[in-house]
Amino acid sequence: MTTVEHAVGATGASGRVGLNRQSITGLVFGLLGIALLAGVAPAISGTSRRFNFEPPPDPAGIGFHPPTWVVAIGVLFLLTAVLGFAPPEARRWASPARLLSALAVIPLLLVLSLALSDNPSTNIVNLFNESLVLATPLALGATTGLWCERSGIINIGIEGTMLAGAGIGYMTYATIGDAQSTGWLWFSILISVLAGGLVAALLAVLSIRFGVNQIVGGVVINLFALGLTGFLRSEVIVKTGITTGVGTSEFGLPLLSEIPVIGDQLFRGKPIYWMMYLVVIGTWLVMFRTPWGLRVRSCGENPHAAETLGVNVVRIRYQSVILGGLIAGLAGAWFSMESQTRFEDNMTNAAGFIALAALIFGKWTPWGAFGGALLFGFSRALGTRLQFLGVEVSGFEIPSEFLQALPFIVTLVVVAGAVGRSIPPAAAGQPFQRSK
Amino acid sequence: MAQASGGAARPVLEVEGITKAFPGVVANDDVSLTLSQGEIHCLLGENGAGKSTLVNMVFGLYRPDRGTIKVRGEEVHFEDSGDAIARGIGMVHQHFQLIPVFTVAENIILGNEVTKGAFLDLDSARRQIDSLADRYGLAVDPDATVGDLSVGEQQRVELVKALFRDADILILDEPTAVLTPGEVDDFFGVVESLTGQGKSIIFITHKLREVLAVADRITVLRAGQVVGTATAEGATQQSLANLMVGRDVVFRVDKAEADPGAPVLRTQDLRVADDRGVETVTGFDVEVRAGEIFGIAGVEGNGQRELVEAICGMRPTAGGRVEMLGQETTDWSPRKINELGVAHVPENRSKHGVVAQYTIADNLVLNRYHHRKFSQRGVRNTGAINAEAQELVEQFDVRTPGVDAVIDTLSGGNQQKVIVARELTGDLKALVVAQPTRGLDVGSIEFIHRKIIELRDRGVAVLLVSAELDEILSLSDRIGVLYRGRLAGTVNAADATREELGLLMATGSSEGQR
Repeated sequence: MTTVEHAVGATGASGRVGLNRQSITGLVFGLLGIALLAGVAPAISGTSRRFNFEPPPDPAGIGFHPPTWVVAIGVLFLLTAVLGFAPPEARRWASPARLLSALAVIPLLLVLSLALSDNPSTNIVNLFNESLVLATPLALGATTGLWCERSGIINIGIEGTMLAGAGIGYMTYATIGDAQSTGWLWFSILISVLAGGLVAALLAVLSIRFGVNQIVGGVVINLFALGLTGFLRSEVIVKTGITTGVGTSEFGLPLLSEIPVIGDQLFRGKPIYWMMYLVVIGTWLVMFRTPWGLRVRSCGENPHAAETLGVNVVRIRYQSVILGGLIAGLAGAWFSMESQTRFEDNMTNAAGFIALAALIFGKWTPWGAFGGALLFGFSRALGTRLQFLGVEVSGFEIPSEFLQALPFIVTLVVVAGAVGRSIPPAAAGQPFQRSK
Repeated sequence: MAQASGGAARPVLEVEGITKAFPGVVANDDVSLTLSQGEIHCLLGENGAGKSTLVNMVFGLYRPDRGTIKVRGEEVHFEDSGDAIARGIGMVHQHFQLIPVFTVAENIILGNEVTKGAFLDLDSARRQIDSLADRYGLAVDPDATVGDLSVGEQQRVELVKALFRDADILILDEPTAVLTPGEVDDFFGVVESLTGQGKSIIFITHKLREVLAVADRITVLRAGQVVGTATAEGATQQSLANLMVGRDVVFRVDKAEADPGAPVLRTQDLRVADDRGVETVTGFDVEVRAGEIFGIAGVEGNGQRELVEAICGMRPTAGGRVEMLGQETTDWSPRKINELGVAHVPENRSKHGVVAQYTIADNLVLNRYHHRKFSQRGVRNTGAINAEAQELVEQFDVRTPGVDAVIDTLSGGNQQKVIVARELTGDLKALVVAQPTRGLDVGSIEFIHRKIIELRDRGVAVLLVSAELDEILSLSDRIGVLYRGRLAGTVNAADATREELGLLMATGSSEGQR
């Protein structure tokens, strides 16, 4: 009998140290921290670099000593790692520390890339602005996903919906308006938006009316849009002979763009970029502050409960999916009439899928999705910036493809650990059948 | 008006000659029912008798094929439940229709939102909810998230939800199925206060004790037809049960004294975490001996599911030890445990009990298909499998067109018989059985109970987990109450009273501290 007791005590106390997310994240930060302190800090150039706040000549900015920053961030990482394994009383500091460390990855990437480059300085305000601009289609796409999934329809056809919006809008502009007049430009953007709504309506009919698997429905949309816009480009757009035109033009926000140094860089932008903010704010207001928004969310969580309260689930889902499609159409217009003024095959280049990632990253909330989009926008802007700076490691120039991918990988891995598990709307993806 | 003397008998709801058919079955056949103002009208019947179908039509979720529904004398045709709500009908469903991630207030106002301009006005919603809660004695916190609430609290939210819509006809579909005995008493208090303020209630249940405790009138349904109406004074449990089943029902399970032998199943300081990683079994010790039935009573969610899954190898333990037949089996695979002679009738029939798209024959050999008898060199012996299945189907009285029918086409009771047939066959030493008769009708319950007793008499150790106190009381030799993941107390079944167990279930102590 005593031996039995013994064995119980042993297994009870020692065994089963599960590796949960916290400890894995802690481990990753720990290893990164050690690598920074022991490997990177001594190796990188000790000459001072500069972050500029405005374009040359004679820009304002701050100078810094790269190894000092690397050491500081390395210590922060190590601290986070230690807190991850700390006794329970200290655990409440672990979560903010992880978040802080995750945020520190951004300056770390900047410091490292500048230290490894021949250029002594770079404009970071401008980099931030580029991130925001590149986040525009991602934030719009994520908002599309938000409306669909919160109402219970998984939409992986965002990519195709955007592409259709981009192609059909630009085709309208080129054929009707010669791509030269601002009036027709706005008409064409409207057509983009409507085209997005129409494509989404197709998904809605497939998944709501016919109960087609929503993933399959989304794939169909993507393939359909790719084929359709490719056809329209070669048969209509190319034949007009118009390859580019007048796109939307920048304007500055009153007062804000007058702020010295940063105002002109941060508060000037093109109209769809500004509309993106309106869409995100509007989505947040409508979804979380109005009766209709409450109903939309209920349809994505428990449509049967909503039905017993007299909510028309089918109608709400149609409305939300189509609203989402209109937003995706606007994102499409950004590609072909704001970012550039032309249309190319597969122009959206997986932005719709990255938007979905941003949505999941942001835990199905408008601001979270915007944050996710901004993060991916930053990754993209930084990737481009790294190419210009030309990063070298011990005389070996790193290939530009790798530099473009690197920020995505690093931010994803690290922030995934800090953001944690996100739970989708409970009924997303489930077809709804009315009681008879 | 003349016959309305004594204040009673003004009908608020009249259902006349309702018929509703689904493909292959007539769920309601010419059903009529009258509900008077301030009355509690019990609707009694076995599973599949058509109770839910009937009230779903009254609530606008189904549309009748024939017959009429009148509310306060006026004929109505509901297109959806919104129409029914507009007529003052409210329903608390058996499976709560709540949204776990919403707050109480959001759940209550959904579909009937309080607004200020274009926006939700949660402040004034809160005030309205508080005043309703005060008036009917239904304490709810408008800002709590529903998913964090206990089952009893969620039920109060459902009631407030109906009252918020000014319902004065309330349909309660098996409201007590999920409550502890103590909560049931509180609930009856609430029901009385509702009728006292003029609400009329249709109360669906198949628990006879409750019917006699609260009903003014009783309507019994069987196979879609009304087979009798009675007043509470004129009825007894026996008369109602006979009406419900259509034959004489034996309530007591006949069983001899237990003759317990050596310990077969033992746990020591067992700890198990649920899917969220929260430890819900927090140091569980039990010893079940050969030839006895150890019943585990408790309100659902006190660790029953995790306990059973850990013992049967379906869930990793977080600490402690499981022992069977003298060997440690902690964290063994389910098959290894099964091969020892430990059978498991799982709580979740469709998820863990059967493969829904397989035939009855394949489901019957799920635990033995790899044995020499049923497969040689990796090839199934269909003949042997079907022969075995045929025998078991007859022995366990499974009502099916044939052993090659897909099991999903069977009723819940027959599916459960298939599971029991599979698990109870072979050289058993121990049986772990969870909620063996949930959702079954009286006939199937009797049958499964008899089988469990038979096993015990053959010397098998049985661990029975059930939320039905009556089932625990009539089957068990010893009873343990599971409270917050550990045994709050163990009593001999012969000395146990409902009151004592109820107190243990609700408070974890026999002194009580509520």
